[in-house]
Amino acid sequence: MTEISSVVVAVFVLLGSFLSLVTTIGLLRLPDIYSRTHAASKSATLGVLFILLGALVFFYQESGLDARLILGILFVFITSPVAGHLISRAAYYTNVPLWGKSVRDDLKVVSKEKRSKSVQH
Amino acid sequence: MAFQLLINLTISFVWMFLYNAWDLPTFIIGYVVGGLILFVVRRFFHQPLYLIKVYAIIKLILLFFKELFLSNVTVVKHVLSPKLNIKPGIFALETDLKTDWEITLLSSLITLTPGTLVVDISEDQRTLYIHAMNIEDIEVSISAIKNSFERAIMEVSQ
Repeated sequence: MTEISSVVVAVFVLLGSFLSLVTTIGLLRLPDIYSRTHAASKSATLGVLFILLGALVFFYQESGLDARLILGILFVFITSPVAGHLISRAAYYTNVPLWGKSVRDDLKVVSKEKRSKSVQH
Repeated sequence: MAFQLLINLTISFVWMFLYNAWDLPTFIIGYVVGGLILFVVRRFFHQPLYLIKVYAIIKLILLFFKELFLSNVTVVKHVLSPKLNIKPGIFALETDLKTDWEITLLSSLITLTPGTLVVDISEDQRTLYIHAMNIEDIEVSISAIKNSFERAIMEVSQ
């Protein structure tokens, strides 16, 4: 039993740290803030999630189910997509440009209208 | 939905009173019996049975996990590939969802799907502006995914 659970813990923690590493490489490699937010909001979520799951299984043998770890998993899962959305939205409305090779931009017209409206008021 | 849940809880407490046993197994048996009773008298409720909604919520959560995993595979593939062949862009998506929490749920689901990220929601809450990592091959499949998400959320909210 302990052998199996230690293998599970190892797989979870290694997978989580691998995903965190991929997030970091993505932050360095990808061209603009929006693509970077893609990497940060997805891989970091699942990376942290896997590491927390590994901790959950690890401490299960000693002290039973730790509810705080489950709560942590839940909170990370709920908050990180919202954080990614807010960062990219703030970037867009402070005129951070898209990457030069971006194909289309449907938001441009709308945001221009919004900005001119806010200037008038 | 909350009303039906309350009835179910009341029935299971009455069950515990009838047995004079105050432990978890009796509560669970009473809860199952209450669910059966609710199923029998479902004609008298104006809304569908709440257990159907619970099933829809469980399906939605499983969908959430599946999409999170798939999107991570996509990101890993893009980041670790030797050549960076991505074509990013922002496109608009019309949504039929009305209330705030449905739109919040849909946008966080979209943010966790492969290669999409919600940048803004229009003032009248009808249109979502989505940044896609790879706009060409994704746009068709994305609309299919959106339909499945939207339908899953609607199943919960109706």
